Amino acid sequence: MSNVKEQIENDIKTHKIVLYLKGTPEMPQCGFSAATVECFKKLGVKFHAVNILEDVKIRQGVKEYTNWPTIPQVFINGKFIGGCDITKELFENGELKKMVMVEGETKA
Amino acid sequence: MLNPEQIEKAIVNALPGAAVKVMDTTGTSDHFDAIVVWNGFEGKSLVEQHQLVMTPLKDAFDGPLHALALKTYTPEKWKQLKARLR
Repeated sequence: MSNVKEQIENDIKTHKIVLYLKGTPEMPQCGFSAATVECFKKLGVKFHAVNILEDVKIRQGVKEYTNWPTIPQVFINGKFIGGCDITKELFENGELKKMVMVEGETKA
Repeated sequence: MLNPEQIEKAIVNALPGAAVKVMDTTGTSDHFDAIVVWNGFEGKSLVEQHQLVMTPLKDAFDGPLHALALKTYTPEKWKQLKARLR
């Protein structure tokens, strides 16, 4: 379990934007994962995607790590942002764009 | 199998006094839409608000519940939203 936690922490530290998905960005296996990917594609930003269907330990581990029972899950600069609903809401009100820009500047 | 009333009950039990509406949008008893208005959301981030609603449903998410499309509002925010829609 601690290995899984380390792996997640490493992922979210290494990449500015990390999406834990059912399926891949190209072939999402769930409409909610697809809708989440779509928000970031529309912003034209790069992101790191983890397909939790390929790793049952990560699937369980990320849920415990965030205390969040569903997939997808979005991290920006190491911080848990939320799932599909929150991502869509932040995209629609312009906050997501700001977060990606501002967070990008602070990290750069 | 789940029905909207069971989910509403679980949420209200965890968030006393919350106004909760759950709808089975697909008719398949596994995808639901929910609106939750609660004064306990005051001062909490969106993530924290959603966590408060989802945590009591944790076990259901490991079983029959696939998705809950969620909107959370403080009573103040809900009032503003209703005014805008009027």
